[in-house]
Parts: sequence; structure tokens; C-alpha cells
Amino acid sequence: MANLSLRALTKAYAQTEVLHGINLDVEDGEFIVFVGPSGCGKSTTLRMIAGLEEVTSGEVVIGDRVVNHLEPKERDIAMVFQNYAIYPHMSVKKNIAFGLRSSKMSKQDKETRIDEVAGILDMTHLLDRKPAQLSGGQRQRVAIGRAMVRDPAVFLFDEPLSNLDAQLRTQMRLEIKKLHQRVGNTIIFVTHDQVEAMTMADRIVIMKDGHIQQVGTPSEVYHSPANAFVAQFIGAPSMNMLPGRLNGAGVRLESGLQVVTTHVSATNQDVLLGVRPDDLTLDQSGQMLVTGQVTVREPLGAETLIYVATESGEVIAKADGRSPPDVGTHVRLSADPANVHLFDADNGAALA
Amino acid sequence: MTTTDIRASSATLDRSAVNKPRNMGQIMRWLLLFLGGILMVMPIAYMISTSLKWPHEVYNINLIPDEPTIENYTYVLEDGRFYWWFVNSIIIATITTISNLLFDSLVGYTLCKFRFPGRMIVFIAILSTLMIPTEMLVIPWYLMSQSLGWLDSYWGIMFPGLMTAFGTFLMKQFFESVPDDFIEAARIDGLNELQIWWTVAMPLVKPALAALAIFVFLGNWTAFLWPLIVTNSVEMYTIPVGLSGFGDEADVAWELIMTGAAISTIPTLVVFLIFQRFIIRGVVMAGLKG
Repeated sequence: MANLSLRALTKAYAQTEVLHGINLDVEDGEFIVFVGPSGCGKSTTLRMIAGLEEVTSGEVVIGDRVVNHLEPKERDIAMVFQNYAIYPHMSVKKNIAFGLRSSKMSKQDKETRIDEVAGILDMTHLLDRKPAQLSGGQRQRVAIGRAMVRDPAVFLFDEPLSNLDAQLRTQMRLEIKKLHQRVGNTIIFVTHDQVEAMTMADRIVIMKDGHIQQVGTPSEVYHSPANAFVAQFIGAPSMNMLPGRLNGAGVRLESGLQVVTTHVSATNQDVLLGVRPDDLTLDQSGQMLVTGQVTVREPLGAETLIYVATESGEVIAKADGRSPPDVGTHVRLSADPANVHLFDADNGAALA
Repeated sequence: MTTTDIRASSATLDRSAVNKPRNMGQIMRWLLLFLGGILMVMPIAYMISTSLKWPHEVYNINLIPDEPTIENYTYVLEDGRFYWWFVNSIIIATITTISNLLFDSLVGYTLCKFRFPGRMIVFIAILSTLMIPTEMLVIPWYLMSQSLGWLDSYWGIMFPGLMTAFGTFLMKQFFESVPDDFIEAARIDGLNELQIWWTVAMPLVKPALAALAIFVFLGNWTAFLWPLIVTNSVEMYTIPVGLSGFGDEADVAWELIMTGAAISTIPTLVVFLIFQRFIIRGVVMAGLKG
């Protein structure tokens, strides 16, 4: 196990820079999730940590070693790929043992280690099977087993759950989290699914266009987003953004409504007023934020998402699952001022 | 008639009505395939038939010999020359096949999985050699063999075919189907590039290797022009060159040529039987998602 640091890490392909100075310190044993939309640079960062991509500038430090110029095998890392990458011509046992090929362990110790890993992953009965005879979840476990068997300092997961169906993904998410609690190795996990990020991470690294947007615990990034992008990326459905202007007393929305906010006294500044669908209520008592007509309902069981056409654009709110307003109904949505976020309309930065 | 009977009979009627045109089409297809099959089998049948005939019956068109004999087989097998040609052909075809499997796949893998300056130029240069006919190459090959002292030797016969542009192209295309994740996973697991090629990539392209093995073996087994040019002594002949020697200006001993040809098909059948199962099995990419 080891700390991991990325120092002013950049990556360029020819003249195009895709990562622009990534700085990050990962504590020993931490579960870090890189999340962001496609093309944000999260997988590239992971591959640079693995040694599969060359570092253009900056440093990758694992433990107390700068590993920029070390081969992947010398970095004491193991990686689980999106496509599993378990060898179809080898049995499960051989696949797991493959990670120990270059190890100096005795044959007996290798056998013991393989059995131990197979036991942890509940695969002992599958050891003689070929990958073709396994389900998607079992294959993913083999891939994890092959990574685990070497007991690396850092585990790297490159979107390992994205090929699984929803149910299996939830199950594997839990298994990986339990596994982390059990083995305690540092894990860097890449995903584009913010639910995975929120449920698994000790800290989330949110990336966009080759920049880190925010690093924080799931609670921090959800409740105190650093900017409008993070606010909208984390949480499903996305945070509603209503354009407005600060006027000293609060925010005057484009619809003409005056909204009192708990922060910011600046005036004459264009802002985006952000409020999560969970924080919008249909009751008449709260501070009115928007009014509009329900255009679509999405029943989710316990609750129903309602899409409301307002003068400030479409707003999503959560209504009670048993008695949601009908489509076409005129609704009044209100929010607690404490749950309203303000962002600079120009650069998206959160306003204190 | 019960309800079930009625249903059954109407189902039969429906099926026959629907299937009629399809059956006609199917009959035509089978007929074409049958004719194709006959076309393929006839030369082999005549080869075996002729090998079982006496010389005076060779020009008789009948497929079943009037007086079948195995005298030709006895003659050919007892003739020491045929033994040498057979051994020569086996040695040459085997070594050339192994060489192609190794080097074509090594170059194909390198061109496919490594990014280096000039990669495409090298690939195009290799491909462009496919456009040069053998007839144009035999003189340079001969001069090269002569200057290197390879005339009338195994090395001289084999060297032009130890690596082929076709094999390199075939293997490169097949390696494209091997996902980079496999290679990278092996790299992280501590294998060097040569080990990755041998342990991970090669088993995943077994069907291509099998196809290449069959092509190369058959190509070298039946090669005639270059072995004829580069060999001088009867002991260095390959089977096709040697068999052609059964004929002279006065007469062609077709029964002996056909006997030699019949015997010489045995190794090609063996090679095909060994490798065809890999081709039929196909590429199993079960280690990936799905």
C-alpha cells in the first residue's frame, strides 16, 4: 500500500494538450473515484498512473518513488480493464496465476495465494473453467482476482462496471467496496457514472476538459459544489439552473421573481441560481421560486419526477409518488433559501 | 376428423405451399453444389484411377481400371529417388511453414500493435511486394543464391519463402482483432513484449495461424518453378520437380506421375486435418465483455 501523488501532470498528443496540470494527493488506503464526461481525461490520467501512457510533463509518485520512467510492471500497480481483459484461452486459475508470473514466490506460495484470492472472491468452484463458461459478473471477478493476487500498492479500475447490467452493477459495486474495506489497498477507480462515484468513493475527483473541477468527499461535492459544472454533474436528476441577477436583496430571476438568498450581498452581477430537484417542494409555504405547467411525469415508485415548463426554462422537481400533479397542472415550486446555490454566470464558479 | 387432425392437416398444407418455392431454390442450389463437388472430385478420382492402371490403359477414359494394379505404387515407393523427393518436400514445406508462422506473425504483430515512425511505409512496402510476380523474381533470386553458394541446397530452395508479404498482411489483420486491453493487461502483469506476443497474442489468433500454416505448407509442397530452377541434382528435387521427371521426350509415364501425386497428397491431408479444427473453431474472444 502506498500514497499516490500527481504533480502538475500534463499530457499532450502532438500539439494538443488534453490534460492541463493535474495535482492530486491520494492517501494510503484511500478509495478515489475519477468521474467526468467522456473525453475529460480521467482514463488518460489513470493510464498515465499505470504507465500505459507517457507523461508529457509533471510527476507521478507512488510511495516515495517518481515512477514516470518506470515500466508498468515496475510500478507495483494492478489494473482492471473495462473489457475485463481476461485471457480466453486460459482457465480462471491460470488467469489469476498470470499476475504472479514474474513473482519470485515459490510454487506452493503461489498456489496458496491463488486459493486465498479465489476464496475472497468466492470463485473457488470456478477455478478450472474457461472465461467463456462464466457470466459477466464472474468474469469481472476473475479480472479483479488477477489484480488482487499480486497485492499491489495501488489498484486501478478503468470503468470496470460499465459493461454489466444494472442489477449486477449494483452488486459488483457493493462487492468492490467490501473488498476495499477488507484489503485496504489504495484504489483509483474511473467511471462516468456519478452514482458509482457517490456510492463508492472516499473522495471524488470530478474532471472536465483535462482539468480537475473539484476534489472532495461525496457529501462535499454534492452539498457544496465548487462550480456549476460539478453541481449539475453530481446528482440525478441534475441541479436546476435559473438565470438571474444579484441586486443586494437577493436574486431577481429572469421571470421577474425576487428570491431571497442566504448569501452574497454583491449587486449587479449575473448569476445562475441552482436548486436540486430534491430541494424543490410543491407546498405553498416556502419561498416561491418558479411557477409553471407540468409537461412530463416520470414515476419512479416512491417519488415522481415532474418536468415543469417555467419562464426560466424547464425545471425538474420531485413530487410524491402516490399523488403527483397531473400533466398540464399549474404548479408553484418553492425552496428553502439555505438549499439554494449561486454560481457566477460567466465562469460558473460558486459564490460564497 | 378431430380438431387436432384438422389443425395438423392444414398446417401440413400451409407448410407445403409456403415451402414449395423455397424447395425449388434449394434443389437448384444443391444441384449447383453437386456439380461443383463433381468438378472438384473428378481430378482426384482420375488421379487415383490412373495410379491403379497399367501403362497401356492410361489413355482409356474409364474411371474404374479394367485390371487394377498396385504395381505403380510398388515401383514408386521402391524407387529411391521418390523417397528423397518426399523427404525434401517434407523438410522444405515444414521449415518454411514454421518460419512463416513465426516471422509473419512477429512482423504482423509489430506493425499492428506498435506505433513507430515509418510504420505505414514499412507495411506498404511489404504489401507492394505482393504485386511482383514470381517470374520476375527468379532471376534475382538465382543470382543471389549463386553468389551466396546456395544453389542446389535446402537453403536455396527455402529462402524466398521463409517470410511472405501475404502472411504478414494476414497476421497483421488478425492481430487487429486482439484488443489492446489484453496486451496492456499483460504488460502490467510483468511480461516483456516478446512474451506478450507469444503467450497472449499468438493463442488468440490460432485460426489465422492455422489458415496460414495450410496456405504455406500447400504452397511449398506444390511449388515447382523455383525448386526446378535452383536444384540441379536429382537428390535435391522436391516431389513436383521429381514427378515431372517421370516424363521424357518420348513418353510421359502418367501412371507413375499420378501414383507419386496420390502419395504426395497424404501429407497435405494430414496438415489440413490437423489445422482445420482451429479454423472451424474460430476466434473465441470470450475473455471480453459479453
